[in-house]
Amino acid sequence: MITAILTITALAVLFGLLLGYSAIRFHVEGDPIVDQIDSLLPQTQCGQCGYAGCRPYAEAMAQGEAKINKCPPGGEVTMIALADLLGQDPVALEDEEAAEKPKSVAYIVEEECIGCTLCIQACPVDAILGAAKSMHTVIIDECTGCELCLPPCPVECIHMHPLEDHISNWRWPYPEQEAPPIAAGSN
Amino acid sequence: MHVAGTSSNRNQRKLWHFHGGLHLPDHKSMSMQRPPVEAAHDDLLVIPLQQHIGEPPEVLVKPGDKVLKGQMLARANAYVSAPVHASSSGTVVAIDEQPVPHPSGLSATCITIETDGQDKWDDCLPAPIRDYKNCTASELLERIHWAGIVGLGGATFPSRVKLNPGANKPIDTLVVNAAECEPYITCDDALIQSHAQEILQGIDIVMHILSAKLCLIGIEDNKQDAIAAIQQALSEHESDNIELVVIPTIYPSGGEKQLIKILTGKEIPGNSLPADIGIVCHNVATLFAVNNAVSKGHPLISRMVTITGEGISKPQNMIVPNGTLISSLIEQAGGYNNNVNELIMGGPMMGYALSSDTLPVSKGTNCILVTQKDNAVQNIPTPCIRCGKCAEVCPALLLPQQLYWYARARDLDKVQDFNLFDCIECGCCAHVCPSHIPLVQYYRFAKTEIWAREEEKRKSDIARQRHEFRDARLARIKAEKQAKLRKKKEVLEKKKAADVDPKKAAIEAAMKRAAEKKQKLQEEGKIPANTENLTAAQQRQIDEANKRRENSES
Repeated sequence: MITAILTITALAVLFGLLLGYSAIRFHVEGDPIVDQIDSLLPQTQCGQCGYAGCRPYAEAMAQGEAKINKCPPGGEVTMIALADLLGQDPVALEDEEAAEKPKSVAYIVEEECIGCTLCIQACPVDAILGAAKSMHTVIIDECTGCELCLPPCPVECIHMHPLEDHISNWRWPYPEQEAPPIAAGSN
Repeated sequence: MHVAGTSSNRNQRKLWHFHGGLHLPDHKSMSMQRPPVEAAHDDLLVIPLQQHIGEPPEVLVKPGDKVLKGQMLARANAYVSAPVHASSSGTVVAIDEQPVPHPSGLSATCITIETDGQDKWDDCLPAPIRDYKNCTASELLERIHWAGIVGLGGATFPSRVKLNPGANKPIDTLVVNAAECEPYITCDDALIQSHAQEILQGIDIVMHILSAKLCLIGIEDNKQDAIAAIQQALSEHESDNIELVVIPTIYPSGGEKQLIKILTGKEIPGNSLPADIGIVCHNVATLFAVNNAVSKGHPLISRMVTITGEGISKPQNMIVPNGTLISSLIEQAGGYNNNVNELIMGGPMMGYALSSDTLPVSKGTNCILVTQKDNAVQNIPTPCIRCGKCAEVCPALLLPQQLYWYARARDLDKVQDFNLFDCIECGCCAHVCPSHIPLVQYYRFAKTEIWAREEEKRKSDIARQRHEFRDARLARIKAEKQAKLRKKKEVLEKKKAADVDPKKAAIEAAMKRAAEKKQKLQEEGKIPANTENLTAAQQRQIDEANKRRENSES
């Protein structure tokens, strides 16, 4: 009886120490799930989800505070990837209209720009170049199409242009589906 | 099996087989009835800027410039890139977006030259290299790069890159691809028959560059005239390490990996190159272009093109200047027959349909095929019956049906698990499919979707980095501002303290002294009243004041 109690106690102490040690030795800084979620998001930093950027939205999702269907730029593909990662059921996108928009980039009508720098301050990825009282311009390759520069512009000289199809980014279309099987007995 | 070789290589070389493949009716005699001719020069040459895989070159001319034949129009700045040259003399009339031969039907930047009809060569071309053996590999590679030579079998990968595998990858075998396995196409056949000697010289140059010990020329046994031409040229040729190997006709023996398997028995692992196992493979037309660049100093400005198909009245091969419009070639080949169905760039198996014939011929154009409606039976796709015929014929040992299911379901991860990127898009699976499912279209769709997804991922990573950098910068600026403010405050307080101190200290010291004095006197028990020890004048003043107070009170 005593031997059994001693053995169990010894084992409990041993495993307790082992677990305690591993908790210190293999401690992970931060929440890895946030990084995983963040890597699935499109990084437009547009705030259409209601959070201040992709990472805050990822943090909210990791906390279970936010739904997975709030990212229109990511569309259904991102939503399904998130559902897979978080073990949730896929849900319909909250804003389907916004998700169907073609990928666009901002374009500054340079003759109309007054050089107020408001759009530069609004751009989450520093994709607008310019200085006070000088014309601004958008670096197309860096623009994520978040549209955050549109509201601050006092002269409304920023427009969204859909990205043109080019040979380098052209994709083969999805083949037409085959005909339904011929019903048995029909001629 | 018929195996031929030079006098020193008469012994039978063992041949291997690749998995699957098809025996297709070759339709090659159609375009071989007539000897190859030089295509007439068009008034307008539309030269696409990007005729290769890699970075686009930088334009060197502007509209209005006079250019001479062979003059460089655009310079390659990147390592994986190739320049383009004027294929005739004339004037540059435009540099703009023009439709180019591409499955998308989209436009790309082209340089349009109005020819002057003189076809005058540029005087400033580099001198021919007569004795290439005394040149280093890098000198010859530089020449090949200058000439804008790309893989002319259709892949259009810059040849300089392929010929420079690096010091850690020694090459012992050069495989020359003369298989030309796709039906209808005969441009390599025609080139060999007319220029076998030059091709062998090109082989010598490339073997010198690679320090290769052996060259194997793989050619299908349905090209007896070309085989005879090479044999004839080999008998007159001095080097004895070039071996002609006649292989059975089976599609797609002209695929790089398939040809290497047939000739050497070696298989190239997925995601690696023939150079990793000591082999480099080049098309005969590429070697012909290499010889032109080195021995003549001529850039790659024309190529042999097959114009064929039941929809053409006089199918034939033509030596076509780069940038000639397809419509002009078809006119020179007697025009269209009745009932034209489709215009195809490339062969019937791997080519793609063109929407118009006003497109230019580029470096990668090996064949223009015009099909007729009678031959084109409308095959309507029906559901897969899981017969597995596709897997039987796949030369890359893939499972086409699995790839199809996953590509159809847009499962881009799963389709890669089944090695989608080892698919050479030869079309064997789709050809044998009893349900006529356009399998290759599904694979092409999946491949471009995967590339697009990778590109998006790359872009979103950059966006994340930039956003994080911006956040860090804003935080830093805020912290700096606060630190500055704090510092300013401290300085101000210090200054204030320093300014105020002497007066305050004097007052405080005086007050302290007074308090001490008071305390001392208190301890001694004699608090002095200020009415003691008054002078007579003071006493008088006090008395006067008291009197005034009494008067006013009464």
